[in-house]
Amino acid sequence: MNRSIAKKMCLPLTMAMVALAGTAMAAEGAAEIPAAAEITGAAVTYVVNNTWMLVATFLVFIMHLGFATLEAGLCRSKNTVNILFKNTAIVAIGLLTYAVIGFNLMYPGDFSIAGIFGFSGFGIGVSPENMMVTGDDGVGIYTYWTDFIFQAMFAATAATIVSGAVAERVKLHSFLIFSAIYVALVYPWVGSWKWGGGWLDAMGFYDFAGSTLVHSVGGWAALAGVILLGPRLGKYVGKTIKPIMGHSMPLATIGVFLLWLGWFGFNGGSVLSANPAAVSFVFVTTCLAAAAGIVGASSLSWIIQKKPDLSMALNGALAGLVGITAGADVVSVMSSVLIGLIAGFLVVVAVMVIDRLKLDDPVGAISVHLVCGVWGTLAVGIFSAAHSFTTQLIGVAAYGVTCFFAAFIIFYLLKVTLGIRVDAEEEMKGLDIGEHGMEAYAGFEINNV
Amino acid sequence: MKKIEAIIKPFKLDDLKAAMAELGVQGMTVTEVKGFGRQKGHTEVYRGAEYVVDFIPKVKVEIVVAAEMVDKVVSTIVASVKTGKIGDGKIFVLPIDSICRIRTGETDKEAI
Repeated sequence: MNRSIAKKMCLPLTMAMVALAGTAMAAEGAAEIPAAAEITGAAVTYVVNNTWMLVATFLVFIMHLGFATLEAGLCRSKNTVNILFKNTAIVAIGLLTYAVIGFNLMYPGDFSIAGIFGFSGFGIGVSPENMMVTGDDGVGIYTYWTDFIFQAMFAATAATIVSGAVAERVKLHSFLIFSAIYVALVYPWVGSWKWGGGWLDAMGFYDFAGSTLVHSVGGWAALAGVILLGPRLGKYVGKTIKPIMGHSMPLATIGVFLLWLGWFGFNGGSVLSANPAAVSFVFVTTCLAAAAGIVGASSLSWIIQKKPDLSMALNGALAGLVGITAGADVVSVMSSVLIGLIAGFLVVVAVMVIDRLKLDDPVGAISVHLVCGVWGTLAVGIFSAAHSFTTQLIGVAAYGVTCFFAAFIIFYLLKVTLGIRVDAEEEMKGLDIGEHGMEAYAGFEINNV
Repeated sequence: MKKIEAIIKPFKLDDLKAAMAELGVQGMTVTEVKGFGRQKGHTEVYRGAEYVVDFIPKVKVEIVVAAEMVDKVVSTIVASVKTGKIGDGKIFVLPIDSICRIRTGETDKEAI
């Protein structure tokens, strides 16, 4: 479409949107958007900003389906229902706990312990006059509700990362309890150190969309879980590693593409406005890093394994995405390609090293989210002149120590009380029957018809 | 009456079926099976870790024919599925005591 035509078509559309929004707000009695006749430039910008943030929100939302299908595909069919159930439950846990505690713990406004801890009360809510959140220039960027729901969609992601790493052997109820505690308390508390304006923010630590705050926070917990759980039965026999193949590469591929789609919102939305230059630039760095991640992981796995491994190529795309997340808006285009490429190499090496350490991570969550999350955060200090490598390192270390030990303690307490691992017989039969009494593909085999 | 069990390479099934149809064989039962013989398994790599594929996928074809047909059927199977490479499979010939066609109640030769 020709640009001038596009402009002509967009204007009435925007006006209609503004008018609609205005009517809706008037009906609610919150008349901060004037009637259609008095529309100002700032009001239009506000609506456009807010609309983009809501689009970004549902893009992040679809990442939960991406995680669900990716994990399901990379595990055995006998555990599919269990994986899908965990991913469904996590969305609920994430949204509800974020509404009750998380949001006000992550963005407390005032800290009661300087820069380290603050909590502005249970629940969410806002008065009509405080509805509009404004940017530095005083123009509205989104509403309070948009802010909440966008951040809430992020929250559940940290627990979802753990889900993949502990798959095929973790007890469902213990995992759900872990997720609730981790997402309700740990994720928002450590998040406040940077995004809530805490001590790391004051130091100049930079994490644009969460290489550390989301991905390595999840990754550290995944590592703690995997250490305490032990490997799946039959994975490490004597000195040999016996690969346990995923049951559906098509599902895994769908998952990765959904996650990539979601990343347009994850990174694009983290601009926190519809700023045309910033959002489009972030789209470019995000996609180039993902593409370079695929190239890096594919080529290295091709060299090492003699054949290109699809699961590695898929992990490579995610590695690139996780890697660019910390610096998507501050590194150059060329740097984004390098960050993605190195993330792609790293993920292949990490998968193989972690496997040789006998840490059984069925989907490569630790390699993708922890290793590449750390890499992406440090990369900001390497590729952006405005940020210090040392500060980035301090941030990585602070999150590493806190999150690993917090997750380790929660998992450990669950291990000695409720137990975190299903018994051997259930593991062999599959968690679908053991935990849920149902199959993912009932009727698929001839003897089940 | 004899039963001929042929374990063959999966991609040769269509050739075998066409050859049997030409020969006038009335029916066959096909099963996907796994196993190994002198071909043994082979090594593959998944996510950086090597594994041995012990059981190689094969197709088992079961054909029941009158005794006088056996040699002809066996030689036709060999001709249709042979590649000359290791892993071509095996053919077993077994005696059949009796046959009953469920729909009509016919027995033995009439039921083949």
